[in-house]
Amino acid sequence: METFEEFLKRVITIVFWILLLIPLIIIPVVLLVLVPLGVPVPTANRIFTAIIDPLVMLQFMDELGLGPSSLFFKIAAFPGFTFAAGVATLTILYERKLLAKMQNRVGPLYAGRFEGILQPIADLFKLISKEILTPEKADKPFFWAVPFLVMAVGGSFLALIPLSPEIYIAKSEIGLLIIFAIIGFFPLVVLIAGWASSNKFSFIGGLRALHQLISYEIPLLLSAIGVVLLSGSLDLMKIVDAQKSMWFIIPQFLGATIFYITMLAELERIPFDLPEADTELVAGWYTEYSGMHFGILQLANYVKLYGLAALFIILFLGGWNGPAFLPPFAWFLIKLFVVISAILLPRGTNTRVRIDQLIRLGWVYLIFLAFANLFIALAVASLGVI
Amino acid sequence: MEVVDKEGRTLTFSVGPQHPGSGHFRIIVTVDGDFIVDVKPDPGYVHRGAEKMSEERTYIQNIPHLERPVIIDSCGILFPYVLAVEELLGIQAPPRAQYIRIIMAELNRIISHMYWLSIFGIFLGHSTMFMWPMGDRELFIDLAESIGGTRVTFSYFVPGGVRNDLPEGFKERALRTCNYFEKRLKEYNKIFFSNPMFLKRTQGVGVLSKEDAIKIGVTGPNLRASGVASDTRKDEPYSSYDTIKWDIPVRKEGDCHARGMVRFQELFDSMNIIRQALDLIPEGPVKVPMRGQVKGKVGEAFARTEAARGTMFYHIISDGATHPYRVKISVPSFRNLIAIPFLLKGSHIADMPPIYWGLDYWPVEADK
Repeated sequence: METFEEFLKRVITIVFWILLLIPLIIIPVVLLVLVPLGVPVPTANRIFTAIIDPLVMLQFMDELGLGPSSLFFKIAAFPGFTFAAGVATLTILYERKLLAKMQNRVGPLYAGRFEGILQPIADLFKLISKEILTPEKADKPFFWAVPFLVMAVGGSFLALIPLSPEIYIAKSEIGLLIIFAIIGFFPLVVLIAGWASSNKFSFIGGLRALHQLISYEIPLLLSAIGVVLLSGSLDLMKIVDAQKSMWFIIPQFLGATIFYITMLAELERIPFDLPEADTELVAGWYTEYSGMHFGILQLANYVKLYGLAALFIILFLGGWNGPAFLPPFAWFLIKLFVVISAILLPRGTNTRVRIDQLIRLGWVYLIFLAFANLFIALAVASLGVI
Repeated sequence: MEVVDKEGRTLTFSVGPQHPGSGHFRIIVTVDGDFIVDVKPDPGYVHRGAEKMSEERTYIQNIPHLERPVIIDSCGILFPYVLAVEELLGIQAPPRAQYIRIIMAELNRIISHMYWLSIFGIFLGHSTMFMWPMGDRELFIDLAESIGGTRVTFSYFVPGGVRNDLPEGFKERALRTCNYFEKRLKEYNKIFFSNPMFLKRTQGVGVLSKEDAIKIGVTGPNLRASGVASDTRKDEPYSSYDTIKWDIPVRKEGDCHARGMVRFQELFDSMNIIRQALDLIPEGPVKVPMRGQVKGKVGEAFARTEAARGTMFYHIISDGATHPYRVKISVPSFRNLIAIPFLLKGSHIADMPPIYWGLDYWPVEADK
């Protein structure tokens, strides 16, 4: 086991070599490609400054039309996909460490030398190096499309979720409605996955997922309608603005609870992980996916987790509102940490429910409670408390 | 996709032999929607001919290979063999050896039940209940290792006593482990056995009534969970078990929850028995001195003991040679196998893991 000093030494050595190799090899190669293409090439001096000075780098990207204010940067990098994937990766690591602590284990320990912080990267390399197997009888175009469809569904509604008054990709007056419309695609994708794999376990898992997602989308939608009634808008920005004085979790506690339960079911997490119940269905509708296909599915799931957690914060926990000593985005991150922890915790303490119990819970109790919650919202709104 | 019947309503698939929920054992299941309509168990993947092998080896050479079928309960499967051979030889183990055998058999029962409990937890999707008992099981394995020398396959019981005496300071260590483990069991109860989700998944699932249980012939904890107070340790006391006091845990419900609770209670009882045995244990030799090859006199011998999964029975026929003429093993798992199709028919797919593992069926033991 290396000490921390040795680890630092290694990191410094690696950084030194990278800094040495960039001007010696990478920049000449890039220039050799760019000059014949006729792209306006900045001076080598400027490129070197850009590497060590982020501000120059940002300017540089601005000139190419890829700066932080451009739509491309927003979608690909900051409030968009890269940020979500980063949060998802950290969530995977956090989940493993948290579960390990609950179960008297240590969890990932060696990769990265310090509490296994590089374990997600090690996992990524493992998945990339594995062969992607396609079953002979599978419906190949659909089979190959599914991981990317899941990622598209999980990632696309992130575009409508604002992270602070300034950080957002797209604004819409009916943002909440669009988000629910996008989430509604998910059962279809899962059914395609179950059918296209041509595996009996995948098929049963796909059907289970279909039943589960359909029976839980209605309470999910109904519990969010209470918030719409109180704020009088489907625009997520306005919903957050309406919570300046009081978070909606206080008048809408029942709604928040229903949203939390349905969120767990929507994410197929224990106690609602029946579509991938590993002891009876091998891995449910994931069964035939291997290698990076499985990696993408897994990442998409956690991106979806991040998206729904962010939605929960915006609807019930007042979004980025908070005392002024921290910037709004910091408040958002703190709340994100709390909500993600709350989503991860049931995995350590609960057993899986059965499909008939799950459907009864969804169609009978949760819908009834969601309607009751709607009347609470109506009463609160008509009394003019908020 | 292979759909079997003409109406196209049912789907047949095979659970095992490499399924994560089965071991080397296959169940061919036909489902109609979420309900199981037909079940065909397919045992025999790990048949190794333990009975035939016994005819080719001497009485002493038989000991290591006879415990292979169920290594997590190796003393349980060896106990009746040793008793039967002693009957053939006309000897009896000294009192100290009898109590050491009790301690070892109960340690093995705890080790086996802990393994069962952790798999039961993960079969229901409760990963914490998988990790905790697997970790705490090591404490008892360490205790047993200090006596027997290896982790699971001890080959510790020999005709005429046990191989060696207890190590120094064993009593203190055993009592300390038991005291610690009792605290842990209370935590198990909080997080798993009184968890409403667990109750919802197991209560009323796979109900085996008292009449059916007797008719099918299940033994051990499964029989006790169906309301029959049957325990070979009480009914036909052997090896000084009659000097030890405890109550047989009996539940009337006969469902998966009752089977779980009976085994949970047996963890307490086994520790209780170990404590009493450590108090009662006398000084003296641990082995009857024997010289030369062990030769049974011409005749037959029977022995029946209570292993972790139920009644373990041996019938040995000797023709006076150094090898037994015939060894018949009757294992509890094979009798519990008959209950699997009986209970699975008509249940949900999701109830398959708790019913299957609730019976504590051990494929290797059944296949011998």
